[in-house]
Amino acid sequence: MSLLEVENLRVTFSTETGPVEAVRGVSFQLGRERLGIVGESGSGKTMTGRAVLRLIRPPGKIQTDRMIFDGQDLSKASERDMRALRGRRIAMVMQDPKYSLNPVMRVGDQLTEGLRQRDRLGAAEARKKALAALEAVQIRDPERVMDAYPHELSGGMGQRVMIAMMLIPEPDLLIADEPTSALDVTVQAEVLSILDGLVRERGMGLIFISHDLRLVARFCDRVLVMYKGRVVEELVARDLMAAQHPYTRGLLNCLPRIGGSRAPLPGLDRTGTWAND
Amino acid sequence: MTTTQNTPARSLAFLRQIAGGLTTLAITLLGLLLVTFFIGRVVPIDPVLSIVGERATAAQYEAARVALGLDQPLWKQFGIYVLDAVQGDLGTSIRTGAPIIGEIARYFPATLELATLGTIIGVIVGVPAGVLAATRPGSLADQVVRLVGLMGYSMPVFWLGLIGLLVFYGHLDWVGGPGRLDPVYEMMLEFSMTQYTGAILIDTALNGAWEVFANALSHIVLPAGILGYVSMAYISRMTRSFMMNELGQEYITTARVKGMPEWRVIWVHAMKNVMVPLITVIALSYAYLLEGSVLTETIFAWPGLGSYITDALFTADMPAVLGGTIVVGVVFVTLNMASDILYRLVDPRART
Repeated sequence: MSLLEVENLRVTFSTETGPVEAVRGVSFQLGRERLGIVGESGSGKTMTGRAVLRLIRPPGKIQTDRMIFDGQDLSKASERDMRALRGRRIAMVMQDPKYSLNPVMRVGDQLTEGLRQRDRLGAAEARKKALAALEAVQIRDPERVMDAYPHELSGGMGQRVMIAMMLIPEPDLLIADEPTSALDVTVQAEVLSILDGLVRERGMGLIFISHDLRLVARFCDRVLVMYKGRVVEELVARDLMAAQHPYTRGLLNCLPRIGGSRAPLPGLDRTGTWAND
Repeated sequence: MTTTQNTPARSLAFLRQIAGGLTTLAITLLGLLLVTFFIGRVVPIDPVLSIVGERATAAQYEAARVALGLDQPLWKQFGIYVLDAVQGDLGTSIRTGAPIIGEIARYFPATLELATLGTIIGVIVGVPAGVLAATRPGSLADQVVRLVGLMGYSMPVFWLGLIGLLVFYGHLDWVGGPGRLDPVYEMMLEFSMTQYTGAILIDTALNGAWEVFANALSHIVLPAGILGYVSMAYISRMTRSFMMNELGQEYITTARVKGMPEWRVIWVHAMKNVMVPLITVIALSYAYLLEGSVLTETIFAWPGLGSYITDALFTADMPAVLGGTIVVGVVFVTLNMASDILYRLVDPRART
């Protein structure tokens, strides 16, 4: 049985000029594997990820025929049930730790918050678990990081803290929304390998949202290519570079290559029938 | 690898900032004294004449002028003025002949008590109202908070005070009338109690005189409520906008992803960030009540700083007016400084 099954997911925002559909009928299945979602900005990949957690802020609305997570229909779950799922079983790592960590709370307090509030652990025990989680993301001086504020950490450190925080409850599904886009290239590789290791080791399902096609091809098992709120192509990640769909081909064509031609990179050709509607 | 600072360096930086703040404070106050000194020289009121009277001889006039130090060069006069002020001597009132600092020490606690209670009411009502409005934008609750706040902005305080007195004192008799106490209790307070602070609510409580306390409470509740309403209007508005801004931030999503209940997301995660700008807003509104309650004090016959300065103005008692002005200035600057320090305590980013 698959871990997550989404059928005909729609996310609509009502605006003054009428409803805007950010996601228009996306369906996919996910086992304990790594699923990549790629697409240009505004293609609806982030909204798809957040809709799974039912964290779309009003005026956004989520509609779906079915959204089954481990036998439970998320579209019919109460807010209370969703909170229990969010805390323990589905987690999300966001793009930039500069914004996704609370700036006026110590890292340690943010790490132990779930353990203290949800699992009712004592301060000492929660701290021990948090320290272990920091070590698991290869932070060498966890004691000091615990007492630091987010602005005192580098981007790479911040993102490790974020990953540690999200993995503490050992979730079954992790949604990583551009987890390395805000980081330096050298740090990106480190953070990715940490993420990769933990996901493999713990056998989680992973939804990896990115606009970096090469990264996704290397890192994921399967890939959804999204355009204008729809899935235009679904492929095995190995075959991404050999994709057939004109949109995916277009995206691949705009990637620069070292040693490649110095001619200007081509823009996306949106003249095909796929590009309309 | 980490850029975490160790704690001693952090607190040292904090102390240095406080020292810097104190220096700024001193310079600001010196500037304030310069302004009041200058005003004292340019107003068309002859300080010598107002002391000796119109029928004094030239010799008496000259003697008084020397006694006041007005024969000295201007910079020397200013030096003496500053030295006196630093030692708490703000001159002598022309009206009463008593030291101004002593008079202000008697009047100021009444203002302090009123403004403090008003600010407490404003915060206790205004912050939750603002949060409520921010978490349900466009809802009925939001509309009500907006309307009530708008009324607080737009209705003049003196009008609210008069109507309040008419309704709650005149017709309903729910509250005490003008003044801080009924005359009977004023005598009791004056002659049979130790006055620790000058704030009647505190003094009577410390003396265990609960009957007087109740009377004082019935007198202060209406003016404090009106000042509280005005400050609530401002505080709720600002809280709403700060809170809406924070609720749109990414760390709020993080807290929700962690499965935190909504009350915790709002009152812990967002509130800690809202506190940072809100402290300044509360301090400013407190300062505004402390210095700007002249109208309220007049309507309620409240013997506070506002009444003192107004009375002094009507009798052209220039030293008293300027003394009061200095006290208001000191209060304002001190509150600003205090909000700066508090601001750094809640926002770790401002500390380094």
